[in-house]
Parts: sequence; C-alpha cells; structure tokens
Amino acid sequence: MLNPETVPPEDRPILLYEKRKSVFPKAIDGYYRRIKWAWMVLALVVYYVTPWIRWDRGPYSPNQAVLIDLAHRRFYMFSIEIWPHEFYFVAGLLIMAGIGLFVITSAVGRAWCGYSCPQTVWTDIFQHVDRLIDGDRNAQLKLQAAPWGPKKIAKRLSKWAIYLVISSLTGGAFIAYFTDCPTLAREYISGEAAPIAYYTVAVLTATTFILGGFMREQVCIYMCPWPRIQTAMLDEKSLIVTYKDWRGEPRGSVKEAKSSATPLGDCVDCNQCVAVCPTGVDIRNGPDIGCITCALCIDACDKVMEQVGRPRGLIDYATLGGCEAEKAGQPPESLKKAILHPRTIVYFLIWSAVGLGLLFALGVRTHIDISVAKDRNPPYMLMSDGSVRNAYTVKLRNMEGRPREMEIGLVGLDGARMWSDDQSAATAGRTLTRSVAADQADPVRVYVIAPPGTKSQDFTFSLRALDKEGGSDSHETHFDSPVEETE
Amino acid sequence: MANKRIDEATGTETVGHEWDGIEELNTPLPRWWLWTFYLTVIFSIGYMVVYPAIPLLGKGTEGLWGWTSRGQLAAETAKAESQRADLKAKLAATPIEKLGDDPQLMQAAVAGGKAAFRVNCVQCHGAGAAGVQGLYPNLNDDDWLWGGNLQEIEYTIANGIRQPDHAATRTSVMPSFGRDGILTAAQVQDVVSHVRSLSGQEKASASATRGAAIFAANCVACHGPDGKGLREFGAPNLADAIWLYGGSRDKIAASVANAHAGVMPAWGGKLDAVTIKMLAAYVHSLGGGEEFTVAAAPQATANAQP
Repeated sequence: MLNPETVPPEDRPILLYEKRKSVFPKAIDGYYRRIKWAWMVLALVVYYVTPWIRWDRGPYSPNQAVLIDLAHRRFYMFSIEIWPHEFYFVAGLLIMAGIGLFVITSAVGRAWCGYSCPQTVWTDIFQHVDRLIDGDRNAQLKLQAAPWGPKKIAKRLSKWAIYLVISSLTGGAFIAYFTDCPTLAREYISGEAAPIAYYTVAVLTATTFILGGFMREQVCIYMCPWPRIQTAMLDEKSLIVTYKDWRGEPRGSVKEAKSSATPLGDCVDCNQCVAVCPTGVDIRNGPDIGCITCALCIDACDKVMEQVGRPRGLIDYATLGGCEAEKAGQPPESLKKAILHPRTIVYFLIWSAVGLGLLFALGVRTHIDISVAKDRNPPYMLMSDGSVRNAYTVKLRNMEGRPREMEIGLVGLDGARMWSDDQSAATAGRTLTRSVAADQADPVRVYVIAPPGTKSQDFTFSLRALDKEGGSDSHETHFDSPVEETE
Repeated sequence: MANKRIDEATGTETVGHEWDGIEELNTPLPRWWLWTFYLTVIFSIGYMVVYPAIPLLGKGTEGLWGWTSRGQLAAETAKAESQRADLKAKLAATPIEKLGDDPQLMQAAVAGGKAAFRVNCVQCHGAGAAGVQGLYPNLNDDDWLWGGNLQEIEYTIANGIRQPDHAATRTSVMPSFGRDGILTAAQVQDVVSHVRSLSGQEKASASATRGAAIFAANCVACHGPDGKGLREFGAPNLADAIWLYGGSRDKIAASVANAHAGVMPAWGGKLDAVTIKMLAAYVHSLGGGEEFTVAAAPQATANAQP
C-alpha cells in the first residue's frame, strides 16, 4: 500500500500495480508451532510413505496398497478396488472431501489453510531453508537490501539448489501413486521410466519451485479460490485468529504505560505478531483474507505477554460472537462451545451420511456383473425359416483377482436359444458358458433366436458364477419381433 | 482526479472516479500480474505470426510454421496407415478361405470391414446392414442370393451384380412373364398361388395346382423344382420366409409380371483387394455367414433370396 501520510492524495499518481512486498517471517516456537510441526511431519510421512505400502491381492492384481492405475482403469485402495463403472465411489469420496472441508471450516475456521494445505506446508519448508542459509528475519532483510556480491550470489544459489531438490522430491513422490512404486523408483533412477513420468515430475518440480519458493503467500491471496469460498462460510460463530482489540487498545510500550495519563491496553506494540506472520498480515487490523490462521502470531504474542507479565491470549483463537460476549464482561467462550455449534453438526451429519452410504454400497456390491446393450439397428432379423433373431452386446465383469467360469442364461422368452458370435450357431442353447479372465470385463456379442411367431417381449439375461463361491446378477432387456407390428 | 481521497472505513485510497456516489477503492494488483498480462500479449503476437490467424479476402494468413488442421489430419492419417501396414500386408498375403484360421487377423479384418462398410455400403444396405425392403437385400440374415461363405461374398463385392461392361460380374435375367406376354394375367395369379403354397403361406387349391404346372414349365430352370432357388443364377429361394420384394399376392404377382434385376457396383475397380477382403469378413460376421461346406452350416435350409 502507499503511505497516505507523506503526500496529499491528490498529488500522488494512481498506482494500480505494485511490487510484491517480500515477507521474511521470524522463527517462533510455541504451542501452535509445535502442533504445526507434528502435523507437517504426519502429512509428509503419509505423502511419501503411502505408495510404498504393499497389499497382497493375489497373482493377477498389483500389490500396491494405494494405486491409481490409469492404464488399466482401476483404482486400488487397500482392500477396495474400484472399476470405471463404479466411478460414483470416487465421486462420493470427492463429495466427502468437499463437505469435509465445510465441516473443518465450520468447526475450526481456516485450519486447512493454516496446517494442511500443500502450499502452506511447502512454503513452511522453504522458509526454514531460508533461515538455514540466510539466517532469521533480520539477516534476511539485510541480505535482501545488500548489493549483489559473491556472498549473496553463493547464498542465493545454494538456497535455490535446495529448493530444487525439495521440489523434485515432491514431484517424484506424486507419480508413485500411478504405477508400481518400487519398479518406478528403479526405472526412474536408471532413466528407463516412461517419458510421461519425467514430464510430470518436471512440471510438479517447476510448480513447487515457483509457488513454494517464490510466490508463497501470493498464491493464497491472488490465486486460490478457497479463501474466498471460506470467507463466505465464516460467520460470527467461526473460530478465527483474532486480536482482542478491546483488551489491547490503545497500544503502548510498558514504559509509555507507566508515564501515560490515561490507562493503556495490553498490546505493547512490539510488532512480533507481524514479524512472525508467513503471509505478512497485521492481525491487529481485524480479519484479513491473507490470514491463513496458522496461529504463529498467537505463539509470538503469548511469549511477549509472558515476558511483560500480562495474561496470555491477547491474540487468540476465538469467535467474533465470543469476543463480543467477552467484551461485554462475560467469561471467555469455551472451546467446546465454539466448535460444536449447530451448523458444524449438520455438516458433520451430511458428511457421515455420504460416508455411510458409500460404505453400504461398497458392502453390497457384487463381484460379478452383467450388462446388456441391445442392437437397435436392425432391431430384429427374420431368418429364412421364419424364426426371429436379435443381437445383444453382453458385458460380463469379473471383479475378482482370479479367472472365473460364468454361465449366462435366458429367463423367459420360451423356445429361444442363443449363441455367441465367436461360436458356431450349432452350439445354440438356453445357456452359454464363458470363462472371464481375472479382473477383466468380457464383452461378447450374443445372438438370441426365437421360433416363428414369437412376440416382442421383455426377458432377462441371468449370470451366475460356476465356482464354489458363486454369485449372480441379471439384466432385463427386450426382444423385438415383427409379430407385434402386424397385430 | 479531484475526488481522490482516503476511504475512512478501510484506510484505502480511492482511484478518484465517482459515479452517483459510488467510488472505487484502489487495491493495487501485484506487478508480476501485469507482466504476465504483457507476456500473453507477446505470446499472442508470436502465435499470429507462426499459426494461421488473420482472415483475408480469399483465404487467411498461413503462418510461418505452415500448420493447418487438414495437414495435421493428413499426417495423422498417414501415421495410422503406416502403423497398419503390417496388418495390410498380412491380410493381402492370406487367402480369404484361410482367414478363419487366425482369429486375431479375422478380428482385425472385421473391424476394418466395419469401417469400410460405413463409407461405401451404408448408402444402400443401411448402417445396420439390414437393407431396404423391396430394394436392397438384408445382409444380417441367413438367406444369400449368390452365396454366403467368405469366398462367395468376396467375389460378389469385387465383381458386383449385373455391373454393365464387366464380364466377371454376377448376372442373370428373369423374364418379365406378364409384361412380355409370356403368361396371361390369370396364369400369373395361378403361379402366385403355387409359389405362396411353397412357403406355406397358402393352402393347396385348384389355382395352385394349375400354377404348379406353369411353374414346372417356366420357372424350375432357375428356381428349382421345389422352389429353393439356385445360387449360380442368384435365383432366390421361394420356399422360405424371406421376401426381398415382398411376399403378399400383389407383390409376388408384380415380381412375376415385371421381374426384378437388382444391381450392385463391382467394387474391384474402386477399392483395393485388402479392403474388399475386410468387407467380406465383416458382412460374413453379421450373423448369417456360412461355412465353406454348406452342409455343415446349421441352417441347412439357408439359401437364396426372392
């Protein structure tokens, strides 16, 4: 922002664009910083370790616990295997993820932004790299202002080199979710992996390097839609990081407070909350879209309050409603009350309902499946002996990790027989046996022939597995005949 | 710019414009944002130079790289063709009667034939190959005028039916019994009675008995004594349920009186041998294709089409 104090506004030119003001957050230790560390370690461990977990699925399926197998169109997650025709499971998971963010936002505000978002996590990592190479905030500011010399160049290059290593590791782990991880790791290092693997890693490395290393808080402020959506979801009952201005104002140092005629507030105007902020926000100006609620300013302020012997929590997690009550002299709102308000509970119930629905669908889904598409052109075929033939594309799915024998049968349509187009019509009968390879769909064209005079009618293809585990499915379809039309 | 001031509520400067009391706060965009905008402008200029972009009177500018969507299509088609070269060579080397020995090759031939059918054959035979009643035969059924095994179908496609000026074409001529005065109208009606009794559509009658004698004198040479037809002449089976030109009294009477002579072009000169082979495989796969020994085929009654 421009400094409005120095020049009268009408004399200054309008600046519609401005240079980014670099943020050099100060290192801080405290309660929330430790939560952040723990959460960051957990998130990174999950991200890097998950692809290496093995899961035995028998000889015909991959043994990677979490695998998005795009080439074979399968999604594996531990004991769950999802086929493309079951994509509603993935849609359901995405809906759960979406509503999950609503639940979190409603309960604890922008906790996703402050703790879990990859942009936050990687920016945090890169900021620690900055401190490792350049030193803490003041040293970084000094180096930024210093002219380019051998020392600055060396520091910048080594810092960027570390950025690049971290970035490439980020991209490298991502591709492991899409193919067998140990094989990929071996091939990737020896240069034998598919070109797409290298492209993907290159793109992800570049985005991590640029977004985490240089764009940082600008991603949250200018690019990300999520803060805007969250702004719409936050209300006076939402937990946000708040400066309790009625307690803090007017600001003044301890010394000033002693000499001041009127009593001053608790804020000693030390600016530590601004110094530690990774997005460069001054929380004392009120709620801000730049505030990702990482709570580091709470840690900074608590530390200062302890030093000057004043109660902690001048900056704290609080709801605006709770603040109003506190201002009016009531005791501070309990955390439980702040989190468990009706909207949160409703969101949670919706989230749970979707989850239970998915679990139910998962529990009752069959591992054997038949679907039938009838040929519509021509709808029926009159044969020379007067019998009527219809053709169907029948798809059998074997969702087990072993080959299975299956029997297709005709239910209804008296006198009709069928054969598959890879067999001779002489094999026609009421049933048809197919063996379907492990974890495969078998599309087969089936001709159904019915005696002369058969009317148009509905009938059913039944399917049952011929092994001891059994299992069955059926699909109703239609038989077309010229007889109906003449009636 | 006289209205430029600091907004009290936000502490932000206004840009100085004012419309009916509505003012705009100046919250500056980041500078790099502007640079990315300039970059897109530069990119668009480069794009217009190397790609076709500006429409002129006759045609548009061509662009330095000479890219066109047609050119891209041609390149991709050529690439696909070259990928199929092996398959085509193999198909060309395999005689059609051996095609069935290699299920994979057969599958490829059927798929290729399906595509070629969509381009060359659907105009008459229809997208589902079901033909048109009264005009073009249905290729899905088990009734074949000129033969339904792979070799016979291939020959029919290559040489056509009644293709003028083509010696090898399949041909035959049925006399117009009524129009040319060979039979009287009453005799035609008697023949119709007999023919309809062959396929069980009518019971025996005096007319049919009279017709039988006329049939024996005029029709058996091609259609055979029991009306089952003769594929050498493309003479249809009159004893089955399938009637290309209609099986009612009127329609059969019209067929006897005026005769029909359907024409199909000889594709040999228009399509290459491999495409014809693939087309034959596709037509054969439609559900009525016959084995090479007709006796082994399940529908022993399978025959020609009226």
